[in-house]
Amino acid sequence: MSKRTASPRQLSSGSDRVFEGLILALAAVIVLVFVLSVYQLGTESWPALQKFGLNFFTSRVWNPVTGEFGAAAMIAGTLVTSLAALAISVPLAIASALFVAEYAPKWLANPVGYLIELLAAVPSVVYGLWALFVIAPILGRWQTNYFTSPENLQTLTRCTELWNSNQTSLECFFVPSSAAGRGLALAIIILTVMILPYTASVARDVIRLVPQDQREAMYALGATKWEVISRAILPYARAGIMGGVILALGRALGETLAVAMVIGDSQDILKSIWGNASTMASVISNQFGDAQEALHRSSVVTLGLSLFFLSVVVNYVARLIIARLTPKGIQ
Amino acid sequence: MSAATTPRSTRHQLSPARRAKNLVMGGLIVLATAIVVAPLILIFAYLIREGLGAMNLDFFTKVPAPEGETGGGLANAILGSIEMLAMASILGVLVGVSGGIFLAEYPRHPLMPSIRMISDVLAGIPAIVMGLVAYGLIVLQFGFSGLAGAVALGFLMIPIVVRTTEEVLKLVPQTVREAGLALGLPKWLVTLRIVLPAAAGGIVTGVMLALARVAGEAAPLLFTAFGNSQINLDPTKPMSALPLEIYRGATSAYDENQRLAKAGALLLITLIFLTSLLARRASRRK
Repeated sequence: MSKRTASPRQLSSGSDRVFEGLILALAAVIVLVFVLSVYQLGTESWPALQKFGLNFFTSRVWNPVTGEFGAAAMIAGTLVTSLAALAISVPLAIASALFVAEYAPKWLANPVGYLIELLAAVPSVVYGLWALFVIAPILGRWQTNYFTSPENLQTLTRCTELWNSNQTSLECFFVPSSAAGRGLALAIIILTVMILPYTASVARDVIRLVPQDQREAMYALGATKWEVISRAILPYARAGIMGGVILALGRALGETLAVAMVIGDSQDILKSIWGNASTMASVISNQFGDAQEALHRSSVVTLGLSLFFLSVVVNYVARLIIARLTPKGIQ
Repeated sequence: MSAATTPRSTRHQLSPARRAKNLVMGGLIVLATAIVVAPLILIFAYLIREGLGAMNLDFFTKVPAPEGETGGGLANAILGSIEMLAMASILGVLVGVSGGIFLAEYPRHPLMPSIRMISDVLAGIPAIVMGLVAYGLIVLQFGFSGLAGAVALGFLMIPIVVRTTEEVLKLVPQTVREAGLALGLPKWLVTLRIVLPAAAGGIVTGVMLALARVAGEAAPLLFTAFGNSQINLDPTKPMSALPLEIYRGATSAYDENQRLAKAGALLLITLIFLTSLLARRASRRK
């Protein structure tokens, strides 16, 4: 918007100003949505925040009957599921990106790349349905086998005692606690699948941006394909890949229904990776509709507010990293 | 290092260890890719096997049978989804395209960086949180309604449409704008009559991708549209949607509801795949 007055474009400045105002007003709706969201979530979560203060985030008691609400269990559930899913999915995603960008011939690279992108288009409920009807029975069968085979009896008795006194050990953390198939482990499995395409497509784009010279210089030194990938391509692309990883983390933190359908909705302390648990998003979807008490409702909205700010921060960091990457000698 | 001592004429020989590592890593990469793609194929195959049989005429024309009874369809959900997506598109396209025009055509406006940042940030807000926001904004005053669901979906569409519109508008060559201005057209006419038509294909692609993305969302509808076991076209009343029925059916104890959920999932996933396939085709042709 230059301040020059003699410009010939100023001839039609009247209609231009109206149009600019209109576009700006409509674009301002974006800001309005953001502000309204913060305001709405803020006012509704105020009663809970006022009552519990910071204890809300550190207390492990979530009891609608006694009116005590602390979110530590679901914060832990959110972090455990997201980080575990991230740890499994990142190597797979990078490998598939390398396949599409470096290994596959063109006739194969395009369809495979497209299939990976379609993974991101599958709705959350469909993932949940598949996990519930296909994977849960498989896990359940394995768990039943574990329970019925005699050699596990000792471990099971030991762990059950520990669990009953609300404790766990490293060994018992990996011992199944029920034969339902559902639980934290299934949530991690389905989250892994769901966030794969986000890391994979960013990684693929960044790997394609690595200059051809970089590869050729390495080949000229006599390197094998893997050496080119591990020493010339991945180091060059790592900042961008990191951006994709954080984007996937943002997705994992907010993923709701697929997780809510399979995680078992329990706010107890996590005693086994096979046991029931909950995440912040799964508690919102499972409890907000039934919450009758004002304080319960407000506490659930506080979870939403925390999730809101968490995803704002995570996405902002991801965008910063991706923006920084703009190919220029990355070190 | 034997390679250093061999005469120049012999071909360069890899040490067995390096050759083995290269082969193993290549194999692992292929294996990992197979693992990544497998779930998609497995899900699709499962839904075809379990859901195709339930996709008969009743599925498209009837509402779900009362719990425990057999038969029925998802006509209420199909119509509800179509209506809510249409209403969401009005909001998403109007605000999204305007936002994209603002970001691309007024790059020196002092508000531009903040609007772009907020739009980017909105793209990452979990859908369920948008459901809570729409609940507080609309449902608290007017009760559950299809309109509230459409607003939640529209909020989710906005950042996607903004981003694609901005990107497509930036692809329109500057010379095209200058040619219009040189003819004496005011900037708003250049934008509306020259730049937008040139970018229309890309914008339509972006809108289709946004639609495909929100069509599968059930989380923001749980506390807004709420669901309805009857056919309802009145946007001020509770309304059903395909993802909502899939969610309810999949978590229901009745075989019949589960069967409908699987057929609904097959329909939804097929429509979403077709939409994104079309969008991809259209964007590649450009």
